[in-house]
Amino acid sequence: MTRILIDPVACDAYGYCAELLPEAITVDEWGYPIVDGEPLPAELVAAARRAARDCPRRAISVQERRAGA
Amino acid sequence: MPNATDTMPAARTYGLLGYPADFATHVGQVGPLPLPARADRDWGGALLAALEASGLTGRGGAGFPAAIKAAVARGKGRGGTIVVNAMEGEPASDKDALLMIRAPHLVLDGAQLLAAVSGARSVVVCVPEGRDHVADAAARAVAERTAARWAPVVETVVRPPDRFVAGEESALVGWIEGGQSLPAFRPDKSVPLRIGRKGALVHNAETLAHVAVIARSGPEAFRSRGLPEDPGTSLVTVSGAVSQPGVVEVDRGTPLIDIVSRATPLGSPRALLVGGYGGAWVAPEHFSTPYASLSLRAIGATAGVGVVVVLGQEACGISETARLAHYLAGQSAGQCGPCVYGLPAIADDLARLAAGRVDPGLPARLDRRLSEVGGRGACRHPDGAVNVVRSALRVFVADVHVHSRGTPCACWDRPTQLRFPAPTVQVAS
Amino acid sequence: MSSTSLWYATRATGLVSLILFTATMVLGITTTTRSRSRNWPGFAQQELHRRVSMMAVVFLALHVLTSVLDTYVHIGWAAVVVPFASSYGRFWVGVGAIALDLMIAVLVTSLLRSRMRPGTWRAVHWLAYLSWPVALAHTFGMGTDAGEHWVVALGVACVAAVLTALVWRLSVASRQRAARLAHASVGVVPPTHLVLTAPNRRSHRA
Repeated sequence: MTRILIDPVACDAYGYCAELLPEAITVDEWGYPIVDGEPLPAELVAAARRAARDCPRRAISVQERRAGA
Repeated sequence: MPNATDTMPAARTYGLLGYPADFATHVGQVGPLPLPARADRDWGGALLAALEASGLTGRGGAGFPAAIKAAVARGKGRGGTIVVNAMEGEPASDKDALLMIRAPHLVLDGAQLLAAVSGARSVVVCVPEGRDHVADAAARAVAERTAARWAPVVETVVRPPDRFVAGEESALVGWIEGGQSLPAFRPDKSVPLRIGRKGALVHNAETLAHVAVIARSGPEAFRSRGLPEDPGTSLVTVSGAVSQPGVVEVDRGTPLIDIVSRATPLGSPRALLVGGYGGAWVAPEHFSTPYASLSLRAIGATAGVGVVVVLGQEACGISETARLAHYLAGQSAGQCGPCVYGLPAIADDLARLAAGRVDPGLPARLDRRLSEVGGRGACRHPDGAVNVVRSALRVFVADVHVHSRGTPCACWDRPTQLRFPAPTVQVAS
Repeated sequence: MSSTSLWYATRATGLVSLILFTATMVLGITTTTRSRSRNWPGFAQQELHRRVSMMAVVFLALHVLTSVLDTYVHIGWAAVVVPFASSYGRFWVGVGAIALDLMIAVLVTSLLRSRMRPGTWRAVHWLAYLSWPVALAHTFGMGTDAGEHWVVALGVACVAAVLTALVWRLSVASRQRAARLAHASVGVVPPTHLVLTAPNRRSHRA
């Protein structure tokens, strides 16, 4: 099960993650990302990893968790 | 100086209040620190088992089982630190100050016991800057214990900044480590806190006092009060529209209205604020709710920090909540966007509501902000603000309707019934 | 390769890398937070900044290589990174070496970005603001083509581009800050006993 995790302390509202992954990340009125916490569908994982790599503050990461953990 | 409206309990009844403050009497009455000649793993395991059997949960707001927290710290090896959290950032709370002044040896005994269990080498007592009477009492107690060689592990008193979030445990540990007083992002709370390379176990002062009494009287004494599912006692500060504000020690499960009656309310309360400024408002139909985690959760509240504020009939819940929201917004650590921008925006909306200056988009906007801001900070500070505002909109729904139609709050110009620390900055209008 | 060809190659690759580094600077300076444009997403600008910088590094490498291989004048390998160690054009080649050293630091930290603290990476990355003007000074200090009108015009254009980007960035930043403070301030005049504190500025962990 793959999830997106955002470090709110590091995040500076660049917004690249929401641009790269609009299906899973929206942005609030101040530019900060909102993630619903649901598991990520398989077809979005590649885009999520790209978002994690491209974040200027390294605030977003992709977490793998084995089912049942 | 906080009051305690409790009298000396009967000799065999479990309680925190009624213990002596000065060292000589403390030693004479409760006996030596119940440590064996050499604190070994069997002894440590037995104490942890006693804590687990007692069902003691943290009294600092999170309500986490004390035995589990101590066991995790024990697993992290020797040489760590026990942090006594007497920061008491809640403006309406006095219980930790009371304990440090009237029963500091209970608190410090509890810290020493957990130090022996986890192999810690240092006990650090945290009292905020500016609360010198509390810090002096703590320092005096530490000096007495050191002189009498009652402290196996060295005890020190430190003075972190007096901010609401400075008592959050990761912020506290971060400050001790020499950095700043900023909560850390901890997605996995089971990873223990560290000071340097050694572990740090943070406990609220009241929790440690309970540990000291349970270690001497046994878990059954703790369970003799309270409920099976939420045992023991809690210290609760009652304030607001009452004639005898102060700290009371109550059994867990005591109905809220009974707790309040011990402070003699001035007339019948309009509402109660339970759990602190980030807690929740409780309406009159729920005044008989037991003061226990599960019962409170069922009505949208939590025990939180032991605080009950009584709102009088002549006050308006919306105005008071607007003030709460402004206070909480100003106390943000400033690290996370949703909190830094979201809380002032919510406070602004509430102020407009109280002033009757409601634009058509306000209800939907406020609702959206409340659902978006919660859960997106590194710590629980924004969540508390969202909770208290949500509960206000629920409990004071009649006032919300009145204000939404453009009528300003009649109580807007009256002094607040809530306590706030002295303002640091006034926003230019 | 003849010495003359090497010499032309050195000059050409030098000028091209200056242009590319200038473009890199402009792309980096004009990066803003809260990118909202549908037509030009922020991640695309960041990607372009990276790719242009890589091309600039390639041309810089060629510039260095051709200058050392050219035996007409002696610039040893050591002088490439050790300032003022060259016998030919000691001072201005040395200035070039300084610019190169700074650029290597930026490059290496960017390649290893995931392995260091964000604060460290940022501090080193800011050395770009030092490296670029030093590179510009090396270009004109060497003097080889500095007399040509079109080269001077090129230099002026590069400086103008970076200065314009800086001015734009500073004005956007102050507008954004004002907008955020407006978001975060109270819109209703409160009574004096209402306790208010100004919203905290974003704090950053070291």
